[in-house]
This record gives sequence, structure tokens and C-alpha cells, in this order.
Amino acid sequence: MWSYIAKRLLFVIPVLFGMTAIVFLIMAMIPGDPATAILGAYATPENIARINRQLGLNHSLFEQYLIWLGHILQGDLGRSYSLNRPVLDEVLERFSATLTLAGASFLLCSLFGLLAGIVSAARQFSWTDRVITLLVLIGISTPSFWLGLLLILVFAVELQWLPASGMNAIYGGGDIQDLLSHLALPAITLAVIATGVIARLTRGAMLEVLRQDYIRTARAKGLNERRVIYRHAFKAALVAIIPVLGIQAGFVLGGAVYIETVFQWPGIGRMLVQAIATRDILLAQGGVLVVATSYVLFNLAADVAQHRLDPRLTS
Amino acid sequence: MSMSATLLTASNLTRHYGGGRGWLGRRKPLIQAVQGVDLCIQPGATLGIVGESGCGKSTLARMLVGLDQPSAGHLLLDGKSWPDQSRSERKRLHSQIQYVFQDSLSALNPRKTIRAILEAPMDHLLGMERNARYRRLQELMEAVGLRPELLERYPHELSGGQAQRIGIARALAAQPQILVLDEPVSALDVSIQAQVLNLLQDLQQHYRLAYVFISHDLAVVEAVSDVVAVMYFGRIVEQAPAGELFRSPKHPYTRLLLDSIPLPGKKGLRGESETIELPDPAAPPQGCPFAPRCVNARDKCRHEQPRLRPMEGEERIAACHFPLVF
Amino acid sequence: MTRSSRPSAWKLLRHNHIAFFGLCLFLLVTVIALVAPILPLSAPNDTAPAERLLRPLSEGRLLGTDHLGRDLLSRLIWGARVSISVGLSATLIASVIGSALGLIAGFAGGRTDNVLMRGVDMLMAFPYILLALAIVAALGPGLSNALYAIALVNIPFFARNIRGVTLSLTRRDFVDAARLSGKGPVRILLTEILPNVAPIIVITMSTTLGWMILETAGLSFLGLGAQPPQADLGAMLGEGRKLLFTAPHVSVIPGLMIFALVMSVNLIGDGVRDVLDPKLKSGSLTRPSAMTEVQSADAKSSPAPDISATQDALAVRNLQTEFLVGTDIYKAVGGVSFELGKGECLGLVGESGSGKSVTAMSLLRLAPTPPGRIVSGQIWRSGEDLLSFPLHRIQALRGGEIAYIFQDPLSSLHPLFSVGAQVAEAIQAHQPYSHREAWRAAVSLLEQVRLPNAASIAHSYPHELSGGMRQRVCIAMALANHPQIIVADEPTTALDVTVQAQVLKLMNQQRKQNEAAALLFITHDFGVVSEICDRVAVMYAGRIVEVGAAGEVLNKPAHPYTRLLINCVPIPGRNQDRLPAIPGSPPAVNNLPAGCAFADRCPFAEGDCRNGDIRLRPLGENRFARCIKPLWKTAP
Repeated sequence: MWSYIAKRLLFVIPVLFGMTAIVFLIMAMIPGDPATAILGAYATPENIARINRQLGLNHSLFEQYLIWLGHILQGDLGRSYSLNRPVLDEVLERFSATLTLAGASFLLCSLFGLLAGIVSAARQFSWTDRVITLLVLIGISTPSFWLGLLLILVFAVELQWLPASGMNAIYGGGDIQDLLSHLALPAITLAVIATGVIARLTRGAMLEVLRQDYIRTARAKGLNERRVIYRHAFKAALVAIIPVLGIQAGFVLGGAVYIETVFQWPGIGRMLVQAIATRDILLAQGGVLVVATSYVLFNLAADVAQHRLDPRLTS
Repeated sequence: MSMSATLLTASNLTRHYGGGRGWLGRRKPLIQAVQGVDLCIQPGATLGIVGESGCGKSTLARMLVGLDQPSAGHLLLDGKSWPDQSRSERKRLHSQIQYVFQDSLSALNPRKTIRAILEAPMDHLLGMERNARYRRLQELMEAVGLRPELLERYPHELSGGQAQRIGIARALAAQPQILVLDEPVSALDVSIQAQVLNLLQDLQQHYRLAYVFISHDLAVVEAVSDVVAVMYFGRIVEQAPAGELFRSPKHPYTRLLLDSIPLPGKKGLRGESETIELPDPAAPPQGCPFAPRCVNARDKCRHEQPRLRPMEGEERIAACHFPLVF
Repeated sequence: MTRSSRPSAWKLLRHNHIAFFGLCLFLLVTVIALVAPILPLSAPNDTAPAERLLRPLSEGRLLGTDHLGRDLLSRLIWGARVSISVGLSATLIASVIGSALGLIAGFAGGRTDNVLMRGVDMLMAFPYILLALAIVAALGPGLSNALYAIALVNIPFFARNIRGVTLSLTRRDFVDAARLSGKGPVRILLTEILPNVAPIIVITMSTTLGWMILETAGLSFLGLGAQPPQADLGAMLGEGRKLLFTAPHVSVIPGLMIFALVMSVNLIGDGVRDVLDPKLKSGSLTRPSAMTEVQSADAKSSPAPDISATQDALAVRNLQTEFLVGTDIYKAVGGVSFELGKGECLGLVGESGSGKSVTAMSLLRLAPTPPGRIVSGQIWRSGEDLLSFPLHRIQALRGGEIAYIFQDPLSSLHPLFSVGAQVAEAIQAHQPYSHREAWRAAVSLLEQVRLPNAASIAHSYPHELSGGMRQRVCIAMALANHPQIIVADEPTTALDVTVQAQVLKLMNQQRKQNEAAALLFITHDFGVVSEICDRVAVMYAGRIVEVGAAGEVLNKPAHPYTRLLINCVPIPGRNQDRLPAIPGSPPAVNNLPAGCAFADRCPFAEGDCRNGDIRLRPLGENRFARCIKPLWKTAP
């Protein structure tokens, strides 16, 4: 098992290098000239040349990449000109906000998605199954950014139960209760689609597994249905579900872009949209890199979990 | 029968999988599926190959028809090296030797009509014209005892027995001289199995076909074969005319196979009572691979691998240091 | 199987009401969007500062106006036009490129596969919304760039899906068969594999179209897709967001439209999947319930216990189990009665489809429901009818007093639990053992079935064992709670002949050790019957056609089917020139003929054989045959 994890970690390294190249290339393609954006009215040719030297833009693209990569390896993501602070500091701060949101969301969607899928499969064709199937269908068809607006209208504007935006109350906030009340709406909004996807997949995987001979064996042993479904069937279904959980983790991370915009959540998604709009390339590169790296790690975790679960994969 | 009449000769045919070094330089296990098999196939005769799962009989069959490349040794088909030939020559040779699959249904494309399936070899191997194909189709369907209406059906509409008849018809469509039949009846019920075996016998007489009949079922192999080869762990361990092999097996493994068959009306199976099966193919034993489960095994058997050598009759060979005597 | 049993795909879709509703909704929106230019609508970009933010249902403005006084209904329809066309184009681009990549990678395998899939993996290493965002950022905002971005990030999804399907198809025998028919690789890919992949491509397209519409709307919402003043549903929502508190209708209405559109597409997608997916088409993706449904009138009323059966371990009376597939009723078991004496081994012999396994499964209600159900009969044990038992009592019997051994030991064992744990679990289900005691008992059971190094083998997983060892594990599991009845369903059929001999010897040995246990042994092999069974019942087309002591039935069969079946099996050493085959094939159990089901294949059949119900008639002591012209009759 440990040798497998080590091997997988080794495989992650080339993926990460490939990713830096893709990120760098895409960001380098962003039209517009950072120097002009920074200087605004002071954009004389001399000033532009000076800024370009400062930003290292006078080198060739490949040299720029190597220099950037060299800095990354030393833990330096550069300095954001629009915020005038180190990219790393900004990115980590924003990323922790996003992780809070995405983490809460991921917990919600895994919990409810798995549960709904299992119940729906265990009671196939019952009313419970039909209601869940309908809810799931509604869930995966709802634009999350629109759902966010509806939830704000209902719970923040009409009922005034929960705050409409932000991560903390401006005055006297900061405790866990305050955070949770701010987290509730965006986390639920973000979780809806992923819950639907996970529930569907779980239902399908469970139905597939429940038809297998070993489930008949489990029943023939005299095990009760709860054990048959939650221990025998669910464990086998998990093998197919886990990789999708990994993908959904990425979906939740990415989907945060919309939700952060709707709820004014100070996360990395909103930061990226702003960075792209202001041509703050170093900031955008750093942001994308951090999100993508964490996504690779999530998938790695999913992969390792899958191998732990299924001994057939390791041998 | 003179040697010149031989249709297909295999010498020292060997196939192994794996081996070499993997990523990070770790050695991958080398699996010997088939080792040093010699065969020759005569026109109009049936060579039976019998063995249990994992003995390499299917790999051998796939090499004979050119679906798999031998790692060592070579095949001569119609006097030519096979299957490494030019494209056109390979096509010509392909029409000489055809294959009948074990799982007949999975060998038929679910999205094609029976007609399209049967026409493919006529079109691509023989380049037959439309009218000629039409006549040949009618003839083939009659030969395998199926109604021509079935030509417009899809495979899922066939029963197991019908599907296997179509599998045989497809193989015959190329007008081959040799049919390699890989467990052709083991997926069928006994009442259907007898029908298909009889059909094969009729076809053999009618078209003067040579069969390589592969099965795990000794009784079936005996019923159809002239000569039977017994395989164990990738090697032929005994080969003899069918009747003789069953009357007086020379290799203890052949004996064990015979003893293990439960017979209707008899009780008191001999066979083994311990849990013993094939050795690990990645770590083969040094001597005779059958030695660990052989009641007659002695020291020599565990250290020196026996070679195939002639036994009393001239047509019999067996690979055993201490063959059984009756 | 008849031709009519497979209706056309369109007919199936038409009969799926929900999917059909989705299709109608989608077509309605599409048609309105298509004819938008000729509808009496104000132009979508006409501003009217005097009529800003009118509420819905205002005079002449059905859905009201936005902050520039533009007519929302008009913008909604023009926006839907954009969303549908962008969604469709993105789906088309992604599916063509992705499927081509998947087909090539899956078919070529080896290095090509490796290179293509590593590239795809690299794309998938980004959360895809983020990737789309970055691509739009690089290309510049705009609807067509958003379209390319969405298409690009969905290519890996298609490529992976299609590659998996292609790979498994490439390994199928029919591809080898095409090779032997002289087809080249390109022709095989296009004429053999593509037709089988096509339905999967259609399914994937129909299930991703909704996504694509959502994603393009999302990019427009962020201001990266459609640019003002173009009417686009996502952009409308993005603009309306700023007015959420004052004029919610400006954002709620376009959101509702996106929702309706995506929902209708998803409904169609589900319908298409149900129709085209081979797994779903066969109706096989239904979950068997905990026990077979019983629809038996006589079971509910529970007639007086069968006194004659009380000394038997089990007595089955007129058991009928049916399978409902579509509108066809398959009478898999059509009225089976037998007794299983204490300590006796009864063989149930027949060909596939004879109903022998379903009979065995029905005893403890393990036949799958749906589609199976028991429609009649009683199963007596100690004066009680098992068919009247509630689930918890059946569960107490399962693996306790009555244990099962199944045919394929690999698929019958759970792949993710060690074999020791599976045996221990069987013990704990019926006995109050601690985990450690159960494990110890499991190891000693594994020793009892003569597995070498039982203590270490207990820790192995099923895939690490050979077929014979796995079946020994299954036997150990069946023996775990000292059952009084063991039902063995073709326990040696999947095994090699030498291993079969080993397992048969083991079973005989275990029977000697525990003489009270009765064995119901299902097989198709008369050799196995002679080896292990005391009595034998021969089944044909769902009914028992002959019963008697094993030796007698084999040596002196009374039913023509029994005799023909015994004769058509080759016997080693006999060297028959030609096997006496039985002509024809067994009748389908959804369409049984009147009279004797075997009459059409029977050389002795006459007129009376095809009339009425032929009963199982006695032929001497404990000997019965369902035949009006048995091969022999007892002396009068």
C-alpha cells in the first residue's frame, strides 16, 4: 500500500510540471499589455520598457517560464501589482476562504448524495425513489448562480434569517456561529448540483452491485437487509463512486467561482475573475496553480482510497 | 499418410507473456503460456487437444490461426511460414485455416445481421461476387442445418445452438482446409452438444476438413478425435491415437484426468482428494510440473524435466520418466 | 426470443412519458426560438427608458422589462435561441473530437493510447470550470470563445468514456472474428466497433447537452460569454443580479428559462439512455429484493400441514415460480413437488432453462423479484409452510438450518472482504460469537474443507485463490452453522474436471461426517448424480418428468427424455461413432405446448401426448414418470 502511495506521488510530479506549463501558456496568451494596464496615463515608452524589465517581460517566453518556475520552486509566486502584495500571501488567504466554502459544500453533497443514492436504490420503484429521482433531476438542472439568487431573495431578503453575502459580519463577527450563518446559503447552493450527480451515480452503482451474485450469497447467509445494503453492497459500490467524489471535489472548487461572485465570498474564484479582468497575470497564475494542485491532490487521495478499498487493484 | 500431405506444422511453438523490466526497473514476472509444442495436422483428420483451464490450449489455438504471435518456434501452413507474410499472401493463407470460438454469441457482432457476418469472409478473403456470395450463403445455411430466414436476423435472436452453427458457417465461408475449434460445445447443453458434434462430423466428411478440436472434456475429445494430445502447464505431456490413450494412458496426468470423470451409473470416483492444482506459472517448478501432485513422483522427477519420447507403440509419445505400465 | 420482443428505439422513447414530456418541452422552446424573427415581438435590444423595470403582466409587456426598458419576453426567446445553438454546437464539437480520440486510443492501445490519454489526464487535472475560465480569459470574452472553451473542457469527458467502451469492445471475440474474416484495422474500427459505440456516443451527448447549456450560461453570467447588448440567458441573469432587491423578476425569469431548458434536455437524456443502454434495455438494472415475492392464494390461507411430509427435511408441493419480462410470463417452475428426506441427497437434473436452479432458489425465496414471483405452492418444513414466513424468519433459516452453495465461486464471494471474514460473518449471523471466536471458528472450518494453511488463507481475498479453493471456501461457509439442509446449485460446473473430483470427494466426506444433513444437489451431469446422489429428479421445461433412486433412473429410465439425455452424453472409452442426439430444442417456457412439453422432440410421441395436462404417474415404489407411454411399466 505505502509503496503504491509513493509511486503515485512520484507520478504527480510530472503532472504538476505539465500543469505549470499549461497555466503559464494560457496566461501568457491573455491579450492586453500589463505595463499599459499598470501605468495607465503614465504609459510613456520609457516607462513601459522599465516596467517590462521589472516584470521580466523582456525575456523570451520560454525564459520567462523557466524564471517563473524557478521562483515557484523557491516558494515565490511573485508580487501582485494590482494589490501590491506577494501573490502567495493573497492566494493562501483567499484559498483558505474557498476551502472553507468548498469543504462545507463537499461534506454536504457527499453526505446527502450518498444517502439519497443508497435509499433510492434500496427502495427502487417506491415513492421514496421517485421523489428522490425527481429532486435529483431538479438539482442537476438548476443553474447554481440562479439558485443562489433565489436563496438570497427568500432567506436573506424576505425571511431575513441569514446574511446575504460576505464571510463575516462587519461588526462583531468572527466567531464560529457568525461564520456558519454566512456559510449556510453559499455552501448549500454550491452543493446542490454535486449532490444530484453523486446521488445518481450512487443509485446506479448500487443497483449494479445489488444484482451481483455475492449479494445473493450475503442474503443466503441470513444477513439482514441493513447489513446486506450498507456493508456488502455499499462497500462494493464505493469502488465506482470514489473516483467521482474526487472529480466532484474539483467541480465544487471550480463552481465556487460563481457562488463567490453571487455571495460576495472573499475566495479565490472571485480573486481570479478580478485578476483576469485587471490583467494581473502573476496573481492569476498563482491562483490557478494553487487550485489545480489541490485538485490533483484530491484526485490522488481518491485514487489511494480506491486502492485501499479494493485489493484487486493493487495485485 | 505421407509427410508431404501435412497441412500445418508447428515446431517448438512457444508463447510467453510479461518478462522484461517494468517502470523503475523492476522485473515483471515471465508467464510461460505455451512451451515448445510440436504438432502436425493432416487433411481430413482430427487432432484433439485436451487440458484444464490455464494449460495453454487456447493460446495455442490462437497462435495456430494467426490471432497471436508465437514468442519462439514457427508454423508452416501450406508449406509457407505463417502468419508473417505479405498482406495478400496472408489473406490467402487466412482462408486456409479458420477458427470457431467457444462463446459463439460473443463472436457475432450484435449490430450486424447474420448475412453480413457470413458474407464478410467471402468478400474480404475470397473476393467473391454478389451472386456467388448469395449462392454460397444458401449452401452454407443448408450445410449447418439452419433455415435461410435466419440470415436477416440479429445474433441476439438466436439460441445458443443456432449461434454456434452460425459460428461454424462463418468459419466454413472462407472455404478453409483446417478448422480450429476452441471448446466449440462446452457452452451448450448436452442435447444440443450432441447435435453440433454430429454436424461437425458430417461437415468433416463432406468437405474433407482437418480439425484441431480443443476441449477440457476428455469424453467429447475422444468421441471426435483421431489423435489426442494432452496438455499440462503449457506443454504436451502425452499424445496418442484416441482409443489407445483411453485404454492405457502412459502419463500419470492423463490417468488422473480419466479417473476424475464421474461416470453415469458408477460410484466411487478415484481422482485426488487433496487441494492440489496447477503450479504458479510465474514460478514454475524445476522438474516435471506434474511432480507435486503425482503419486509416482521420485527424486528425478523433481529435478529433471522429462522430454516427450516414444512409448511402446510407434505413434505414442509421453513426457514422463516413469510412464505407467499395464 | 421473438423479433417482436424488441420494439424500436423511438417507440420505447415514445412510451417513456417523462422523457416524452421533456422532448415536447424542448421542441416547443426550440420551435419558438427558431421562429423568433417572425413573431410579433419588439426587438430584443430596443431600449425604452420610459418603460424601465416594468413588472410582469404589465400592459403589452407580458414578462415586464429590464433596467433599459427592453422587453423581457423578447429577450428571453432570443436568449433561448442563443443558449440552444451554443449548447448544441459545443456538444457536437466536444463529441466529435472526444469520441474520435477515445476510439483511436481504445482501439490502437499501447503507446498511442498512453500518449493520448496522458494528454487528456493533463486537461482533467484542472477543475474544468476553472480551465474554461482561463481559456476564455486567454481568448478574450465573447460568446464564440465561451463555446470553444466549453467544448474543449468537455473533450476529456467524451474521450475517456468512449475509450473505455472501445477498449472493452476491442477485446470481444467478434473483433477477432472480423480479423479472421480478412478485415483490416481501419475497416474493423469503422464497421465493427463504431456501430457498437455509436449508441454510447448518443447517450453521452444527450446527457452532456444540459451541462453545456448550464456552463455557457455560467460564463455569460460572469460577463465572459455573450457581451452586451446581445440577449443571452446567462448574461440577462448576470445583469439582473444587480437589481435583485428592487426588481427580482429581471433575474428570476431568465433563470427559470435556463432551468426549464436544462431540465427538458436532461429528461430526454435519461430517456435516451434508458432506450439505448444495453444494460438498461434488457431491463436488468432492477434490484432484486430481499426475498422473492409470493402471490400465492394457497400460501396465505395456509392449508392443513402435509402430515405425510413431517418426517422429511423438506417437502415441496406444486411450486410455481414465474418471471415477468415485458408482457411475457415465463413459467420457469411450473408446478414442482418433491420431498427431501433427512440425510438424503436428492439430485435435481436438467438442461439450462429447465427450472432446476429457480426451484432451488425459490425454497428460501432467493429467486430475484422483480422479475420473479412465486405464484403457487407450499414448502413444508416441520409442519410449517416456508412461503408464509415473514422476512425475519426466512433470514433465520438462510445460512442457518438451510445453507446454499452456488455455481460460480468467484462471483459468489464478495471481492472486497477476506475469505476468513466472509466465513466468520456467516457464523456471526446465527451464533452469538465474538469477532475473535468467529474468526477462529472460520479458520477451523477452512481446515475442515482441507484448505492448506487455513490460518493464512483466511486472510486472502477471493481473487487470490484458485477456483477449487474458492469453492471450498463457499462450502465452509455453508457448513458454518451445521445446516440440516444444504442446497448446492451446480457447485462443480465451473471447475476443472480434476478439481471437480476433489470437490465431489470433499462433499461426500462431509456428508459422511454429518449424516443428518440433507443435500439438494442441482446439476446437469448424470455422472455427478451417480457419484453423489441417492435419488434423482429429472426436470424438463419447468416440471419434474421423472423421479426415482439414482441408480434405477440411470440404468432403467422410464421417461424417453431421461433416456435420450443419458445417451447423448459421450462416455470416455466407449468410442461411439455417432452420438444419439435429441432433435430440436427445449420449448420456451413463456409459450409451452399443451400436453407433454417433450412431445415435439420425442420419437415415441402420439396424439394423446399433446392433449391436456399429463400428470406424474407412479411406476412402482418411489418411482414416477410424467409420461403416458413410459419406456417400461411395472408388472401388473
